[in-house]
Amino acid sequence: MTTDLTAPAVGKARRTRLRTEGLQVGYDDTLVVGADGGLDLDVVEGTVTAVIGPNGCGKSTLLRAMARLLAPRHGHVLLDGERIDRLPSRQVATVLGVLPQDPVAPEGLLVADLVARGRHPHQRWFRQWGPDDEAVVAEALAWTGTSEFADRPLETLSGGQRQRVWISMALAQGTDVLLLDEPTTFLDLAHQVDVLDLVERLHRERGRTVVMVLHDLNLAARYADRLVAMRDGRIAGAGAPADVLTEQTMRDVFGLEAKVVTDPVSGTPLVLPIGRRHRVRDDSNS
Amino acid sequence: MSGGDAARRSPTLGPPVLTTARRGFRIGPVTGVWRPRAAAVAAVAAVLLVVVCAVNLGRGDFPIPVTEVVRILLGGGDSADAYIVTELRLPRTLTGVFVGAALGLSGALTQAVARNPLASPDILGVTDGASLFAVASVVLAGGAGVSGLAVSPFGTPIAALAGGLVAAALVHALAYRKGLDGFRLLLVGVGISSAAVSLTTYLLVSANVQQAGQVLTWLRGSLASRSWENVVPAALVVAIGLPFALVLAFRLAALELGDESARGLGLRVDRARAGVVGVAVALAAVATACAGPIRFVALVVPQILLRLSGGSRPPLVGSALGGALLVVTADLVARTVLGEAVPVGVVTVVGAPYLLYLLVRPTRRRTV
Repeated sequence: MTTDLTAPAVGKARRTRLRTEGLQVGYDDTLVVGADGGLDLDVVEGTVTAVIGPNGCGKSTLLRAMARLLAPRHGHVLLDGERIDRLPSRQVATVLGVLPQDPVAPEGLLVADLVARGRHPHQRWFRQWGPDDEAVVAEALAWTGTSEFADRPLETLSGGQRQRVWISMALAQGTDVLLLDEPTTFLDLAHQVDVLDLVERLHRERGRTVVMVLHDLNLAARYADRLVAMRDGRIAGAGAPADVLTEQTMRDVFGLEAKVVTDPVSGTPLVLPIGRRHRVRDDSNS
Repeated sequence: MSGGDAARRSPTLGPPVLTTARRGFRIGPVTGVWRPRAAAVAAVAAVLLVVVCAVNLGRGDFPIPVTEVVRILLGGGDSADAYIVTELRLPRTLTGVFVGAALGLSGALTQAVARNPLASPDILGVTDGASLFAVASVVLAGGAGVSGLAVSPFGTPIAALAGGLVAAALVHALAYRKGLDGFRLLLVGVGISSAAVSLTTYLLVSANVQQAGQVLTWLRGSLASRSWENVVPAALVVAIGLPFALVLAFRLAALELGDESARGLGLRVDRARAGVVGVAVALAAVATACAGPIRFVALVVPQILLRLSGGSRPPLVGSALGGALLVVTADLVARTVLGEAVPVGVVTVVGAPYLLYLLVRPTRRRTV
């Protein structure tokens, strides 16, 4: 079942870009992430990490805390070894980019304008647009195949096109580390694969370190070096997809009876949920 | 496909043009983006403003031809006419210009920061809060002897500023629940406005008749009998507010993507928003102190200019020019069509149908 894709990427020692130490995050009275002592997670340079887990397990909350969009109750997030909350926010924005789950843009905003916003951390009010900015934005659009939309308002694009444009913006920001919160939600399967292919290219061609929250386990297994499975705000399993996506994990984390086979296309684990309808027949067969 | 190299491509090759709708510029060390369409709209508004001002200066009991007005403004002309124009009529028109510019700019900033076309200082209680404090400063200080002019030119703007800030702080505190929902903001704003208007009425009832009469005229939004003393605060707040606004525009560009994206881009969101709101409140409050609560200018002008200029948020300079144009034109119309006694605030109420339109139109979701 293991292939070269799922082999642990040990090789030369790579540095940790993003780390959480005893992280506890919550809203109002409830602790969403990091019950019993807090959550520890290391994100190593040049890897793609997918955070998976059932609804409400705290995966988006974890990602938003790692992106300093939420302040932790306890514990810290470290970016390259320094506490992210003590670094100037603009400086963080040149190293770490984040694409929220449901990003909003005002009506009438041109695609070129949106992608240009990615240059914001590199600019000052008196130096808002240099030739470099123009080149970086043009290149970011070309890279995701959205150059032809540059002078169109964002709302005239389809969902898949829009998501490519948002990724262009993150690309124009030029950060080594990229956090994506469910980048494939609301997209049909073809466009999900399309967006994840872009993420894969960001990783392979640009050496970006990516952490993303994904719902689709099979796509997560295909596109991530490392899966982090969460349940009730805790890490229930982390490692190579083949080690994490097991029938036991499916039961423990998702409460789902499933068969895990090898994906004939990618060689990664493929989760086949059983469900009540097929459970009886499955039992009688065994 | 090595983007790093492309990013560092020599500027001598000339930057690739993304779209003709936005063009980069460089003036010494300053670089930025300008939009041909918005610039053209602003230029047209500026030309119209000069024309309407010249016509307005010529009108009155003693009509002066526009050509003569222009000659006087350029330093020539008959000395009697010059006195009428520069001492009697110019303050009124200039008050209109600066008050209108302050209101237009204030509305553009408020709508951009709230990402809501309904957000404007008159809807959100700032104008009425400023009015309340301004009236209080006149009526409560009345015993101490206020001179013939109902509204003192310097104390009142400061009182109005305080009133505007108090109203804005109240509205924000009451409407903020993990973000500013458009309709909650609007409802709270209307509530605070009503409370301020009621208190203002109470003050009027308790004031003596002479004061009440003067304050009432002011409360309708009037440019009548403005002197140079009224021009100064309005001119000052525009002269200070506009550069601030243009600097803050850089932050607005990130803010308009929502709090999370803006934070991700390294913006300190709360500080940026407080800065923009502070400038917007100061502009609206001082404008109100100078000419009374002139309604709908701050609401309607930025939205009209947005539609004319294109883009995602109301243009700042364009809205200032548009506001000035609307107020001076309204003053001209009021004096010409409706008679000298009609205050300018009565004419700007033509904005009311537009407010209704905004309220009843189907809500269009922001794009995901």
